[in-house]
Amino acid sequence: MTERQSARPPGTLAASWIVARKDLAIEFRTRTAFLSALVFALLGVTIFYFAWDATAVAAADLAPGVLWVIFTFAGLLGLQRSFGSELADRAIDGLLGAPISREAIYLGKALANLVFVSGILAVTIPAVVLFYNLPLGAGIGALAGIAALAAVGLVAVGTLFSAMAVNTRMAELLLPMLSLPFFVPIVMAAAQSSARLMAGRPIAEAWPWLRILVAFDIVFVTACTLAFPYTLDE
Amino acid sequence: MTTASEPLTPPAPRHDLLLGAALLAVAGVYVRALMFTPIEARQGAAQKILYVHATSAIVGLYIAFGLMAVASLLYLWLKDAKLDRVAESSAEVGLCYTTVVLATGPLWGKTIWGAWWTWDARLTSTLFLWFIIVAYLLLRSAVEEPGRRARYAAVLGILASLLVPFIHLSVYLFRTLHPMPIVLKPSAPSMPSEMQLTFFSALLAFILLFAALLRARYRMATLRDLAAHREQEHG
Repeated sequence: MTERQSARPPGTLAASWIVARKDLAIEFRTRTAFLSALVFALLGVTIFYFAWDATAVAAADLAPGVLWVIFTFAGLLGLQRSFGSELADRAIDGLLGAPISREAIYLGKALANLVFVSGILAVTIPAVVLFYNLPLGAGIGALAGIAALAAVGLVAVGTLFSAMAVNTRMAELLLPMLSLPFFVPIVMAAAQSSARLMAGRPIAEAWPWLRILVAFDIVFVTACTLAFPYTLDE
Repeated sequence: MTTASEPLTPPAPRHDLLLGAALLAVAGVYVRALMFTPIEARQGAAQKILYVHATSAIVGLYIAFGLMAVASLLYLWLKDAKLDRVAESSAEVGLCYTTVVLATGPLWGKTIWGAWWTWDARLTSTLFLWFIIVAYLLLRSAVEEPGRRARYAAVLGILASLLVPFIHLSVYLFRTLHPMPIVLKPSAPSMPSEMQLTFFSALLAFILLFAALLRARYRMATLRDLAAHREQEHG
């Protein structure tokens, strides 16, 4: 950390880490968005249980759908805040004025959002397993893998739309309208593959769904990183 | 009043001949489909929905949506407001066609399958495409600044074209009930030649109507932008 080193602008990955750390520091000090999203997710898990007749529908059949629907809605709460927090005092101008690439801003924001939704999943998945009495032993590692793939896809698309939605007249409404169609393949693939796991089937049966998740992540992380600079005002 | 920097007004035609011709062609196709085309043996008269349903699907899903995606991509590259207007017009006219597809599909489905709706790959992809076009038009209406509106819309238009294959593939893994393509397939169409003639003339008429509506909608967008431009210039 000599002075000459710090005077050089950081590379894309280093810069995106700085942006992510800034967002996470804000979130860690206030904790409002994370705690409300978390409580929302847990409430959702319990409310969904009473939306069906537990004697007619097995909890294991219900659980995957509940988990991934709650996940997308709780994720939207975090995504809303991602660029919403840059609105006050036009904080975004500070980011744009920094000697870092536009792609680094996007990747940093997405990384912070990934930590945010991963934190929510880390509590919600055990809560679903607990409340729905799922016999999930060795499958928990595979479920974590599915969760990671789903989270990357959700965050890739959601971060981009968050940047667009905050600059519109109806941000709170537009973000879900733009994002939810894009979450359909994620929810479907994650729910179908985790349903196989929760039913005690071998992971190989979930393979076609996992391939869709991986392909979605690759395509949309690339496309959204390339598209992000166009969402910023010059 | 006109300054050199202003975009030129497109000559407003007193009579839209293209639109007139397209409407005549559509009417002609209806007469042919209803009166002069044989009734399908197993499905009966319900099969005649094909001439509206499948042709609207080809125009709405492939031509209109494809044009929107290509114009969006070219806009981000060339930054020409004309391309943005093409994408906007194509999305709106395409929405009408997709609505026709979604409205006529259940009518046919109820008669032939016994169900209004099924979560089949084609139906679901079409439905979500419809949702995305609605979101696209809502996004446009929610952004005031023209440059920003065009950029946002173009980004969404491009991402949407990447999304549709994913939705189709995911639902396809579920199950599929929709008939496989009857006409547009590598081997010869499995349809009598009289029905083929009706089908292809219906397709041509609908493409003509699409072109006419697109042109009319594009003119409207140009006039609106011109009016906004003048208002800005003269207070």
